[in-house]
Parts: sequence; C-alpha cells; structure tokens
Amino acid sequence: MAEATNAIAEQFDSSEQQHESAWLGLWAFLATEVLFFGGVFLGYIVYRHVYYESFVLASRTTNLVYGTVNTAVLLTSSLTMALAVHAAQVGKNKNLVRFLILTILLAITFMGVKGVEYYEHYKDHQIPGPSFVLKGAPEGELFYYFYFTMTGLHALHVVIGIGLLSVMALLAARRRFNPAYYTPVELSGLYWHFVDIVWIFLYPLIYLISRHS
Amino acid sequence: MNIIEETHPPPPAKLEPDYLEAGHTVRSWLLTTDHKRIGLLYLFSIIFFFFIAAVAAGIMRLELLTPKGDLVLSETYSKLFTLHGVIMVWFFLIPSIPTVLGNFLIPMMIGARDVAFPKLNLLSWYLFMAGGMFALYAIIAGGVDTGWTFYTPYSSRYSNSHVIEMATGIFLSGFGSILTGLNFIITVHKMRAPGMTWFRLPLFIWSHYATSLILVLATPVLAITLLLMALERIWGIGIFDPRIGGDPVLFQHLFWFYSHPAVYIMVLPSMAVISELIPCFSRKQIFGYKFIAFASLAIAFLGFLVWGHHMFVAGPSVYAGLVFSLLSFLVAIPSAIKVFNWTATLHRGSISFETPMLYALGFIGLFSLGGLTGLFLAALGADVHLTDTYFIIAHFHYIMVGGTVLGFMGGMHFWWPKITGRMYPEKMGQLAALVTFIGFNLTFFPQFILGYLGMPRRYHAYAPEYQVYNVLSTAGASILAVGYILPVIYFIWSLHKGKKAPANPWNATGLEWQTPSPPPVHNFYETPLVVKGPYDYSPEEEERKLEERHG
Amino acid sequence: MRVPFFLDQASTLAPRVDALYYGLVALTAIMMGIIFLPMFYFLYKYRRGNKADRRPIRIPTWKIEMTWTVIPLFIVIGFYCWGSSVYFEIERPPAKAMEINIIGKQWMWKLQHAEGNREINQLHVPVGETVRLTLTSQDVIHDFAVPAFRIKQDVLPGRYVVEWFKATKEGTYHIFCNEYCGVSHASMIGEVIVMSPAAYQDWLARGQPEETLVQSGERLFRELGCSGCHMGNSQIRAPRLEGVFGKPVPLQGGQFVVADEKYIRDSILLPQSQIVYGYAPLMPTYAGHVTEEELFQLIAYIKGLGNKQPEYMK
Repeated sequence: MAEATNAIAEQFDSSEQQHESAWLGLWAFLATEVLFFGGVFLGYIVYRHVYYESFVLASRTTNLVYGTVNTAVLLTSSLTMALAVHAAQVGKNKNLVRFLILTILLAITFMGVKGVEYYEHYKDHQIPGPSFVLKGAPEGELFYYFYFTMTGLHALHVVIGIGLLSVMALLAARRRFNPAYYTPVELSGLYWHFVDIVWIFLYPLIYLISRHS
Repeated sequence: MNIIEETHPPPPAKLEPDYLEAGHTVRSWLLTTDHKRIGLLYLFSIIFFFFIAAVAAGIMRLELLTPKGDLVLSETYSKLFTLHGVIMVWFFLIPSIPTVLGNFLIPMMIGARDVAFPKLNLLSWYLFMAGGMFALYAIIAGGVDTGWTFYTPYSSRYSNSHVIEMATGIFLSGFGSILTGLNFIITVHKMRAPGMTWFRLPLFIWSHYATSLILVLATPVLAITLLLMALERIWGIGIFDPRIGGDPVLFQHLFWFYSHPAVYIMVLPSMAVISELIPCFSRKQIFGYKFIAFASLAIAFLGFLVWGHHMFVAGPSVYAGLVFSLLSFLVAIPSAIKVFNWTATLHRGSISFETPMLYALGFIGLFSLGGLTGLFLAALGADVHLTDTYFIIAHFHYIMVGGTVLGFMGGMHFWWPKITGRMYPEKMGQLAALVTFIGFNLTFFPQFILGYLGMPRRYHAYAPEYQVYNVLSTAGASILAVGYILPVIYFIWSLHKGKKAPANPWNATGLEWQTPSPPPVHNFYETPLVVKGPYDYSPEEEERKLEERHG
Repeated sequence: MRVPFFLDQASTLAPRVDALYYGLVALTAIMMGIIFLPMFYFLYKYRRGNKADRRPIRIPTWKIEMTWTVIPLFIVIGFYCWGSSVYFEIERPPAKAMEINIIGKQWMWKLQHAEGNREINQLHVPVGETVRLTLTSQDVIHDFAVPAFRIKQDVLPGRYVVEWFKATKEGTYHIFCNEYCGVSHASMIGEVIVMSPAAYQDWLARGQPEETLVQSGERLFRELGCSGCHMGNSQIRAPRLEGVFGKPVPLQGGQFVVADEKYIRDSILLPQSQIVYGYAPLMPTYAGHVTEEELFQLIAYIKGLGNKQPEYMK
C-alpha cells in the first residue's frame, strides 16, 4: 500500500484510486490518439482503393530496408521498455535506468534511420511539390503526401516519447520510483507501446501491401 | 437532508473558507486547480466570446432588413457569419454547459473533492484561451471568410483570409475539449463517493458522461481534418484537391464525422440540466430514469453514424444517402424518449414556475420543434429542397439556441445561488425567460418559411419577396438581445444586492445542495455517504407543507 | 410588401416534394400536439397548491416506455420510405432528355445548349420537356438550385453531376448558388425562363451560333490533334472512339469501366490513370490545354460518334 513518502494528490482518497485514475486517463487519451490517426489512415485507405495502381507503384518506390530495420528497432524498444517497467515493479532501480536509456537510444536510432530515409526521398525528388517526379503513377504525389503526413505525425509522437522517457530516466536516476509507486513509468511504457503499435499499422500500409503482386 | 445519512452531522461551520474567499489575488485565480474556480474562469471567457459572436449576428440581422446589400460589403458579411459560426460553436456552445456547470457540479454531484486531474483541468482552460486568442487574432487581423465549415477547396486554395490562424485556434481549443472530456470520464469512473453507484448518479452526470465520450472520440478527427486542410493550404498540394486526384468531399466526410457528433456535444449537456430542473420544480421522481440515461448513450452512439446527412446534395451514391437517412431518422427516437419522459414527470407533480423551470419548459418546446424539423432534413426527398436554405438555419438554431442556450440559462439560474451564494431577483428572471422565448421564436420561426420559399443561407442580398420574413426575424433578434442582456445585468446586481442564498434554496436533492452556498474549497466537510438514488422528491409532501404554511 | 406563403410549383417534381413537405408539417403539428396538450394540462392541473390526486401511478414504467419508443419508430420508418421514394425520383434522370451543359465559376453560371446557344446566368427551356443538366465547377464547390423546381445539387470541381426537371408552368424562376463559394456568393444567381415550345424555338433561332455543340467538339478534336491518333489510319495506335460512349471499356488491370462523361474527361486530363487494355500509355495529358467548356464540347462530339460497335469489341 501507499507509503508515507508517496504523496497522494488531495482529491484522491488512496494511492490505488490515484493509480487507477491515471491508468484509465491514459487509456482514454490513447483512444483519442487512435481516432486522430484513424482520420488520416482512413483517407489513405480510401485513396489507395480509388487510385490502386498509382499507389502500388508509388509504394514500391519506398525503401523496404529502412522500413524493416525501423520496425525491428521499434519492436526491440518495446521489449526494453517492458523490461524497464518490470525493473521498476521489482525495485531494481539500476536496471530501470539502464533499460530506459536503452529505449531512448533505440528511439533515437529510429529517428536517425527515418532522417536518412527522408533525405533519400528528397534526393530522389519524392517530396510532393513542384519538383516531384514519379514516372507512371499520376497520383504518386498523393501517395507521398500521405506518406509524409503519416510518418511525420508518427515521428512527432516518437520525439514526444523520447522527451517523456528522458524525464523518466532522470527521475529514476534520482530514485523517485519504488515498487509501490512507479505509475509514471508504467504510463510512459503504455504510451511507448502505443507509438509502436501505430508503426505496426503504418509499416504494412506503406511498405508491404501488394509490393510483390 | 435527503441523501446523506443522518449519522453524518454537518460539522461546525467555517472549517475552511468557501472557495470564493480562499484567495483574492489574480494569481489565486489564474493558477487555481479548484474545479469550481476553473468553472468560473470558463464562465467569464465564454460570456465574452458569446457577446462578440452575438454582435456579429446583430449586424447580420440589420443587413438583412433590406433585400439589397446596403449596410456592409459582401466580404464583410462573409466574415461576420464565419465569425458568428466559429465563435459560437467552438468558443461558446461546445464549452458552455460542460466547462462551466459541468466543471462546477460534476465533482460535487458525485461527492468528490475535485475532478480526477485538477492540473489537467486548468491546462484545458489555458488551451481553450490560447485557441481563443488565435481566433481573436484571426478576426482582428482581417477575419476569415470561409464559413464555419471550412469547405475545401475554397478554404484550402481560394480564400485570401486568415484561415490558418483560425484553424489553429480551433485546433487548440479542441485539445482543451479532449482533456476536459477525458477528465470527466475518469472523474465519473473513479471519484464517486461511497455508495454512489452508477444508477444513483444524477442524470446530469449520465449526460455529461455521454458528452465526454463524444468529446474524446470525435474531436481528434476534427484535429486531423483541420491539420490536413492547413497543410494543404500551406504547401498547396494535397488530398482535397481534385487537380492531383484528391477529393474535396473527403474533407466534408471528415469534418462532419466530427461536427455532427458535436451537435450532441452541445445539446446533451443541456438535456443534463433539464433532467435536474424538471423533477425539482415538479417535486417528482423523474419518470423513466434508466431510459433517459441510456437514451443519452444511444444518442452519443448513433450521433457518430449520421454525418452523411449533411451531404445529401454533395453527390454521395444514392445508397449511401439511403443508409444515412435511415440512421438520421433513428437518432430522433432517443431524443423523443427523453421529451416524453420529461413530460410524464410533470404528471401528478406539484409544479411551480420559478425561472429555471420556465427555461426548462421553453427548452422542451423549442427542442421538440427543432427535433421534428430535423426529420424534414433526414427525409431525403425534402432535404434536397430545404438544405442550405434558411430552413437549416432555423432548424439548428432551434437546437442550438432553443436547446443549448435555454438549458445553459436555466442551469445558470438554478445553480447561481450555489455558485455565488446569492439569489437572483426572481421576477426579473421570469421576465427575461419570457422575453427570450418570445424573441427567439420571432427571430427564427419566420426562417422556416423563408427556407421553404428557397432563400439560400449566407446571402447578404436577397430577392425582394423574402423581405417580410427577414424584417420579422430582425425584429425578433432585437427582442432576443434584451432577453440576453437582462440576466447579465441582474446577475451582476445580485452579486452585491441579492439575498444571501441558503445551502439549498430549491429544497432539491443532489449532493451539491448538501453543502453550504458557496461551497467550501473541498466541497464537503466530510465525504458524503450515499444511501439513496437521486430525485427523491414527493409531491404529496410538498402540498402538505404548503397547506401547513397557510394554516 | 408581398407576403408569400407558397412557392411556385413549376416542375413535375414540385408537387411530390411538397406532398412530402406538408406531410412532415402535419406530422410536426400532430407530434407537438401530443407533447404539449398533455403538458399544458399537467402544468395547469398539478400546479402547486391546486387540489389534485398526486399518488404515484401503478402502471409499469416499461410498458409506457415501449409504447412511446415503438410507435414513433414505425412513424419515422414510414416517413423514411416516403422521403426515399421522392429522392429516387429526383436522383434518377429519365433516359431521353434535352441536354444542357453548365459550368459554375466564381461567380457566374455559364450554360450551353446542344444547339450551341450560350447563356450566362440565364436558362431558357421549353415547358413540358424533360431537361437534363450536366454540371461541373471550374474552381470551388458551387450548388445549382431552382427552388420552384425543388432541385438542388452541389457542383464539384473535377466531376460531373446531373440534375433534371420537367417544367410544367411558363414563367421566370430563381436560380441560386446554394453552396457558399466566396465573397460574391449572393450574386451567383440567375433565372430559368420557361417558355412555350414555339417561343423557345424562336429564341434558339434568334441566337443561332455558328456551331452546334457537336460541331465545336469536332473542330476541337481536329485542332488539338486528337484525330491524329484516334481516327483514320494513323501510325500511332490509339483506341478508336466510335460508339464507345456508354459502353464498358476493358482496362489494363483487368477491370472494366463504363465510358461515361467522367471517364472521357479523366482520359483527356489524366490519360495515364486508366489505360485501355492492349494499348501503350502514350497519350500526353491535356490538362491546362482545354477549358471546362471545351471538355463539354469534346464529350458531346465523342458521344455523337455513331453507334457502331466499338473496335475493341469485335
């Protein structure tokens, strides 16, 4: 149960109530996020259906290697995140800090790969706009518009995640968490898994579907 | 003392100061995390925005006195109706009841000390205000001329006005809305006092819970839609532009996927208020508690499935039209259930006609007519003729003003003693309610006829045969304005000169009445223990008391 | 000042829409009565201090609730069916009709008759004849509404939409743009002038232009060089267009698409997106080289290219 050191906010009666509220709050927030991404995913799927050929052609010009590497990186980071939460649960503070830093490093790796990928799109004139070139796919520009919007929004969430995990790592280093109180770590983990799951949808939608048909 | 068990005697007065006395500095208001103070911050903000938007409406009504466009330029007129729409929808109607009365009352009604996340609650207000500042900037910098619907490609490519700033304002206030909704959901789930089971919750809470679900699930879609529109406007290519294969109608789909549920964000909280007022002033247990509660959830759910009825003439497939039409007819059912239940509550009651009750009865009348005229628009064959005319304007003002504003006013009068500790002058209140009702009908009823006769919306100059109805409408608007200004005057007056309010001036049930007026900082001196359901009124007892008083 | 109560019924659709409208007015009146007569009675009888029986009633709540849930349900489904049947009539243009092409732009309507006569913000039509309007927009979304005919349709850029009517009464009626389209939205108005068939013929003859719609299309077909590939024995193989209109066309991907106005339009502006089976994607785009008006003329010409079996179907 609650220890004296873990202050309960005055509106709550118990640390349990506080913990459950925070937990439910984050789930509700994630529901919001699902609808936020849902809008743009829906648009993408509609246009993919309408301009099937162009979208298939355009999606073949994306870089499968970068996409796959990034998927692996993110999945690994989810694992390290889960390990971090476990470390917090059992009170191994050193491990907690280590896994958090590992997760952050993986997230930075993801952003790095994404950056290289964007740069190559730029070199190949695949940035939508006046200089856009994609032979044989009249609506290819539309595909890339979606590509950048969707991956851009996702990347924004990764950046927010890096910030969040850095704060957690800092707090953990100052020994602010213990087995009775690690809700922030847990919630950050939940957020991080969500960011990961968004990518799990993005990866096939952009890189995989009908690549070899 | 209806709900709290008698074993909890009221503790000695002034254990802690009431929430208004807790601090007088600007800082104590701007950094408060007290849900009651945040409610008041919202109150001042939305009233400010309301009067800006109302002035715009006033100028429009003056312009429409004559068929020719002789008062303002057509460009100015476009900016006025955009201002009116955007400010009224996002900066008055959507926040109105939830952020003021909801914030103030939800924790008290469930017996909590505050919402689940007080700091987040304050952040919501700051987001709302930041959004409001962007909107004001857009207006002062020259205005926006797209209409509140921002239809592409006009908004994304053709308009030369401050679309991005306005969209940013809405985007930010939208995040405020999401956080408010989230806060309410968690509060209702986790902060209820011991004994406060789901079916002992007042219907006010049920309706706000349904509203919050919509806020959390629909608002993000608006956010992404506005984001895409803004990206398209900035970079000039995009998914709503037919030139590279995009579809401007997709914007409408996404926009209305939010904006139709948004109608229920506006009207469900008003129903929440009405469900409190009717039982209290007829001293009756509410009729069909569970039906009203579930009707709220049904409305929230069905509200997500009917967006297409805004686009019947935008060229959907005939079959899509058929599906949306059917669903739109169905969403009328839960609303009808509520109206019938409120009417049935009056049966065998002991009815009195204080100001809140007058607003509540006015609400039922106007909302019913608004809802029934909605059927005209759900019926495909009639919608083709009526859509985008003044019929639509009249219909949704019956819902928005007749529904939301009357509910808001009714609620403000009802809880004013609780919020301020002072009574408003009753006779003035009744007069204002009456003036509002008459002015409203005179303003908007002629617009139904105008619409049927074919007058399009968003015209600053019109064919001369429409003039009579427009003159009536403008005359009504001037009466309506009196109905709006009166309460502002006597509410302010009552702050100093009003009678001191007792804890429970209406002799109402509900936990918020079991604590002093104004309430202490933490709402209750001791966490209440709930042993009964809400609305434990008895008309027979009320009559007996009355007889005793008269000897 | 005139106080109008009724709107002219000037098309075959108008009485049907009005019947539905007044049906809904009656429903509204009845429902308001059902809600408010009892309510006023309750308010009067059970006002505080009035002697009345206030004991709780003994009928089970759910029975009452079911009554006022199920009965309105049937009523609204009835009106749904009625509304939808009227909608079907509005949305299904008769096959044989006089064709008129309309282009909306900020802030005017440009119209062209099959005979080639052009009009701006005015539409002359003969009474008693079915008229089919094909509309598109050059810029933003507009909406072409004629209240006296009870028709209304959003006019979208990059797309063709269709409206139809059969005028039943001579006279002059409003045309309104009903979708906000920019600052001069309120001046995007016009009038339909319904004339007797003889007067209409007169009017056509008086404004007789040099070319009919089809002739303009034919001239363009030559001038733009379409005929070089799509006609005669040209070197470059391109699909022949005789009789193609309204028939299914096999595409590269194995699907079929019906060659309607939209398909021809897309083939001219975005020729790479739907390649006919067996042909190379050689055609350059004409986007920016043809106006909306010229597109209408080209389509009219291709429509009129005989009813021969299309070449690829042989």
